[in-house]
Amino acid sequence: MDNQTDKKAFVFTKESLKKKFRWSEFLSEKIITGVAFLSIAIIVLIFFFVFKESLPIFQTRKKEAPKVEQVQKQEQYGEKAKGQTNTSGQEQYGVTTKDTMMIENQVQTADTVTHGSDEATFKSLAGKHWLPVSDNPRYGLIPLFVGTLKITLIAMLFAAPIAILAALFSAAFAPYWLRELIKPAIELLAGFPSVVIGFFALMVMATFFQNIFGYDGRLNAFVGGVAMALAAIPIIFTITEDALTAVPRTYTEASLALGASKWQTALFVILPAATPGIFAAILLGIGRVFGETMIALMATGNAAMTSVNPFESVRTLAATIGAEMAEVVFGDTHYNVLFLIGSLLFIFNFSLNALAEFYVKGKLVKRFQGKQS
Amino acid sequence: MKEVKIKTRDLTLFYGAKMALNSISLDIPEKEVTAFIGPSGCGKSTFLRTLNRMNDLIPNVRITGEVLVDSLNIYDKQIDVVNLRKKVGMVFQKSNPFAKSIFENVAYGPRINGINHKARLEEIVESSLKKAFIWEEVKDRLQDSAMGLSGGQQQRMCIARTLAVEPEIILMDEPASALDPISTAKIEELIFELKKNYTIVIVTHNMQQAARVSDHTAFFYIGELVEFGKTKKIFTTPDKKHTEEYITGRFG
Repeated sequence: MDNQTDKKAFVFTKESLKKKFRWSEFLSEKIITGVAFLSIAIIVLIFFFVFKESLPIFQTRKKEAPKVEQVQKQEQYGEKAKGQTNTSGQEQYGVTTKDTMMIENQVQTADTVTHGSDEATFKSLAGKHWLPVSDNPRYGLIPLFVGTLKITLIAMLFAAPIAILAALFSAAFAPYWLRELIKPAIELLAGFPSVVIGFFALMVMATFFQNIFGYDGRLNAFVGGVAMALAAIPIIFTITEDALTAVPRTYTEASLALGASKWQTALFVILPAATPGIFAAILLGIGRVFGETMIALMATGNAAMTSVNPFESVRTLAATIGAEMAEVVFGDTHYNVLFLIGSLLFIFNFSLNALAEFYVKGKLVKRFQGKQS
Repeated sequence: MKEVKIKTRDLTLFYGAKMALNSISLDIPEKEVTAFIGPSGCGKSTFLRTLNRMNDLIPNVRITGEVLVDSLNIYDKQIDVVNLRKKVGMVFQKSNPFAKSIFENVAYGPRINGINHKARLEEIVESSLKKAFIWEEVKDRLQDSAMGLSGGQQQRMCIARTLAVEPEIILMDEPASALDPISTAKIEELIFELKKNYTIVIVTHNMQQAARVSDHTAFFYIGELVEFGKTKKIFTTPDKKHTEEYITGRFG
């Protein structure tokens, strides 16, 4: 009897197989989905807000374009803008194509904007002067771009070799116990408040470097760049280290069994196999430096100068927003330009991260799993 | 028996506190194939890796006793591990080509030994690939990635890569265990050919393989060397009952 009832409980009938609606599951599923999309939505909305606030720059043109007497000036400014691009192109040594492209975009924007804008308030975004609060305000973004690129370059020149070599040591040479010590220690540095790094750069490093190099301005691109390197090192280190340790052990064994030394193995086998990851690490490091505000504000001197000399003050894009947003007139051209800078920073960092992410996913995985050649 | 190439005396190995090899003494003859058989975890791979000091890579390994290659103790402090491994090459269970072209894979060993002359490298690559019976299959695609080769081809390319360094001894850690029967047959044929010039030590799970390719067989069980002798004798009239039971498949 017992046996029979047991069987009956599990019998599949049309009734027992019928789809059931479970309220709790339905709700929790929807809530989790909702939360996930909320976080995406917040980011998208912030971007739209920033972008929207910079829109008036582009709209001015439509309103005032019909004015005929401006045509003459229009061309002049267009030429001027182009001429400036050339000079700026010369000045930007070692700039990646991407950056140059961004500047070109910028110039195009500037061209369109110049057409209808009022000369007194809005000259040209491609100008060489950033003087937003003078009687004759000028919003040339070139010095800001040059400053940002200069500082990024200096920071990367310091951060990339140090971080990559440190990661190589940790992944390939350090004994196990030391590795367990180094990695978390450097990773903790990533959470170091950048204001503290900025403070340290301002008080200690600036004087230190001044004593060594003997330049005039205490705060300049070099000091800022080195301080930024401190902020970027943990990021580059962590990601590079992960990429290096992800190189299969069999590679190392194969190389050693062929009579290669530890160094040869590290340089010719481990490092090349991890290049996509290291590339991504550098990209993310650049992103960090590009968007870094506090260190730039505190250690770079904040003078918007267009020069290649690393020992002169610079003003970065991020620092400009940080310094000026609080005192800008709401809805003013200056206000809109600051939002435009914000959009540009956002787009730049977004594409860097996307590139790093997809490049690594595509390349690294393919290489290690050997699914394709 | 021919001249002894590798000689171990009371070789004992600990992983931390666990004894993995217990006082192994064994003479491996020159230019012959010696096979290690035994159930999983009995220490035969560990023993193989002590012969070119690959165990140095693993933390917490402690080794006592002696391993003499050409009557030199390779655990002597004066010995340079890098040069030892040039002399004692190794082929692994899972083929492990670098993510480079076939040519670069084989040329890697000579390159790190300082040979950079292109014609010389080409010569070495060709002769190594020929010795590993894979030249005909890859000669038109030397610049293709080695990852695109089949498993059996990859393994033979790895053997060619080992040969390119011109070792005297080749250690093989289950070189055919991940391969299909046809590729396995090719590898065995290759081993047969290679023993004319090289001393070969092979670890295998496949008893038939050991019987087919080897001249001498050592049977390991839980870190101990149970029996060592001519393959023919081990497989027909073993001295120990344990060996017989394992070979006839009664355990393991």
